Amino acid sequence: MTAKNPASTIPDVAGRQLADRLVIQTKRIRMVEEAIADRYSEWKMRCPIHLSIGQEAVSAAVGEALRRDDLAVSGHRAHGHYLGKGGDLKRMIAEIYGKATGCCAGKGGSMHLVDLDAGFMGSTAIVGGTIPVGVGIGLSIQLKRTDQVSVVFLGDGAIEEGVFYESANFAALKRLPVLFVCENNTYSVYSPLHVRQPTGRKIHEMVSAMGLPARHGNGNDVGQVYDTTRQAVEQIRRGEGPRFLEFETYRWREHCGPNYDNDIGYRTPDEFESWKCHDPVASAEKWYVEQQGGTPDQLRAMDSRIREEIEDAFRFAEKSLFPEPGEAYTHLFKP
Amino acid sequence: MTQMNFATAINDALSVALDQDSSVICYGLGVDDPKGIFGTTLGLKEKYGPKRVFDMPTSENAMTGVAIGAALNGIRPVMTHQRLDFFLLAMDQLVNNAAKWHYMFGGQRGVPITIRLIIGRGWGQGPTHSQSMQSWFAHVPGLKVVMPAMPDDAKGLLLSGIFDENPVVFLEHRWLHSVQSEVPTGDYRVPIGRARTLAEGDDLTIVSMSYMTIEALHAVEHMKAHGVSCDLIDLRSIQPIDWEAIFSSVSRTRRLMVLDTASATCSVAGEVVARVTMELFGCLKQAPVRLAMPDFPSPTSPALSEGYYRRAEDIVRLVGEMLSKDMNPGQIVEMRKTPHDVPGDWFKGPF
Repeated sequence: MTAKNPASTIPDVAGRQLADRLVIQTKRIRMVEEAIADRYSEWKMRCPIHLSIGQEAVSAAVGEALRRDDLAVSGHRAHGHYLGKGGDLKRMIAEIYGKATGCCAGKGGSMHLVDLDAGFMGSTAIVGGTIPVGVGIGLSIQLKRTDQVSVVFLGDGAIEEGVFYESANFAALKRLPVLFVCENNTYSVYSPLHVRQPTGRKIHEMVSAMGLPARHGNGNDVGQVYDTTRQAVEQIRRGEGPRFLEFETYRWREHCGPNYDNDIGYRTPDEFESWKCHDPVASAEKWYVEQQGGTPDQLRAMDSRIREEIEDAFRFAEKSLFPEPGEAYTHLFKP
Repeated sequence: MTQMNFATAINDALSVALDQDSSVICYGLGVDDPKGIFGTTLGLKEKYGPKRVFDMPTSENAMTGVAIGAALNGIRPVMTHQRLDFFLLAMDQLVNNAAKWHYMFGGQRGVPITIRLIIGRGWGQGPTHSQSMQSWFAHVPGLKVVMPAMPDDAKGLLLSGIFDENPVVFLEHRWLHSVQSEVPTGDYRVPIGRARTLAEGDDLTIVSMSYMTIEALHAVEHMKAHGVSCDLIDLRSIQPIDWEAIFSSVSRTRRLMVLDTASATCSVAGEVVARVTMELFGCLKQAPVRLAMPDFPSPTSPALSEGYYRRAEDIVRLVGEMLSKDMNPGQIVEMRKTPHDVPGDWFKGPF
C-alpha cells in the first residue's frame, strides 16, 4: 500500500458561511480543471481526462448539500464530483500522474477516483456503470437503517443505458435512499441530445413517470442547485424514497482532453458563447457580491488561496514516486 | 453428517450463512416462489425475513450492480439465476465492476458477492438455456469460479464463496440437483482452489468438472472391470485451478484426458491440456485428449441433442482408443434406464 498523505481540505472553508463555501468550491473546481488543462501537454498526466469546466456548480452545490458520511458514485467526468464531495485534491492529482500516492495507488487514473474518507465510493469509465452500484449502496443503507444518502452522479448519455431504467425501477420499488443527480450537458461525446433522445421529451418528466419523483433546474446557478438538492436530500433522509434531479448545464471543452473544440463542426461557436454567458463561476461570483454581501476583495483572496492549494497539489504529485513495477501484481484479490 | 441431495446441500449452506452473519442477503428471480429455485431457497424467506431474502425485478445487469454497491458497504449478497444464460445480460457489471473494483481502486474495498448460475442440459433446453460459460468467467482476472459436482462440495464451496472477500461465480449444474452424498452439518467450508481426487489409478488421469464428473465416475467404474485404473480429479474450482493436483497425478500416470461441460474451443479443458503439455511434455506417453461439447449451440430436439452431449460411454470409447483396448462402451448404453435427455427418472421437466 502507498503512504497516506495528510488529507488536504478546501482552503479556508471551516467555519465559513454557506455562501462562501459554495463560491469557493465552484471556483476551486474550475481552477483545478484549468490547471490540469494547462499542464496536460507536458505529457506527465498520461491518461484520458474529462474536464468538468462549465459544469462546476452542480458538483460544488451537491457536495455542500450532503454530509461527509453520505456516499457517492460517479462516471468518467468525475473530478468535480470527487472534489465537491470532499475528496483529497493532492491524491487526485497524484492519481492522474500515475503516482503511488494517488487515490488508487496509480491503478485508476482520472476515470477511477475514490476517497472513502470523504464518502466518495468510486467513479468508473463505462457510461452508466455506477448507477446500480449507487442504488446497491442505497440498499445497504436501508438494511443498516442509517440516515445516510447514496448519491449517483450521471449524465444525459447514461439515461440512454438500459441499466438506468433497471436501477431507477429498483430504487423506486424499494424506496431506497438514493439521490440521482443528472447533469444534462446535451452532448454524449460529439452526439447532440436530439439525435439520441426524442425531441420534446424531458428527462425529468420521463423519470417522474417511472414513479421516481424528479425535478429540474439551472445547473449553472450554484444557489439554485444547492436549494433544490438540499430539499431532495431532506426528503430522502425522512424516508420518502429516492429523488431524481436534472440540471441543465454545458461542457466547455472537448469530451476528452484539455482543448476547446468549437471549431471542428459538431457544435457552433455561437452555442458555446451563449452558454458562456451563463458561466457558473461568474454567476456564483455575481451572486456572492450582489446577493450575499461578499466583496471583490474576498473573491480575490479566495483565488490566491486556491491557487496555492493547487500548486501544492501539483508539487505533491510531481515529487511523489511512481509505484514499483511489482505493484502491478498486487490487489487482484482481497485477502 | 447427513445424507442429502445437492439442492438441499445448497439450501443448507444458505441457511448456515444467513444464520451466522446478518450481513448475508439472498435474492434472485423466484427465490421465494413456491418452487424455491429447485428447492435450493425454499423456506429461507420465512426463516430470515423478506428484507434479507427477496424476489427481484427482471433486471440482471442492474441487480448485479446493486449487489456490488451493497457489498462495498458491508453486505454479502448471494444472487441466483435459474439459468446462467440470463446472467449474460450482466457481464458489464461482472467484468467491468465486480472483477476490477479491488484492483483498480488500489485494494481499498473488496466486492464479496456470490453469484449462483444454474446450467441446463437436455430436455430441450436448447441454445439459450444450457450454456456452460466457465471459461469466460475464468478468463477475467479478479473473479473466482467454482463448479462443484458433489453435494458436500456444493455446500462447502458455497459457504467459502459467501464468506470470501471477492466476487465468486458459483456454477451449479441442473443435472446435479438430485445427486446424493453425506454432507457435514453446520459451517462446513471447502477451500476455493483445491481439486478433489474421486478415484485413484495408474493408467490415466481424468480431469473433470461439474456434471461431467458424474459421467466420469460411471466410466471409471466400468473401466475398472476391464482392468484400467484411472485417477479422477474433480476440479471443483476453475479459478484458481489446482495445478499441483493435476501435475502430480499426470506425472505419475503420464496420460491425460480432460472433460468439459462447455464447447471445446477455448475451453477450460483446452487450458488444462495446454498447461500440462507445457509443463510435463517430456513425461507424457501420448498426446493429451479433451472431451467437450461440440463448437455449435446445444440443439433443442432430442433427435439432435443425442449426439451433442458427452456421456460415460464416450469417455470409455476415447480411453479405449488411447490405450488401444476395447472396453465395450456399448454395455453402458444398454444398461441405462432413462433416455439421453434427462438426468434420471426423478426429472419430470419442464426445466
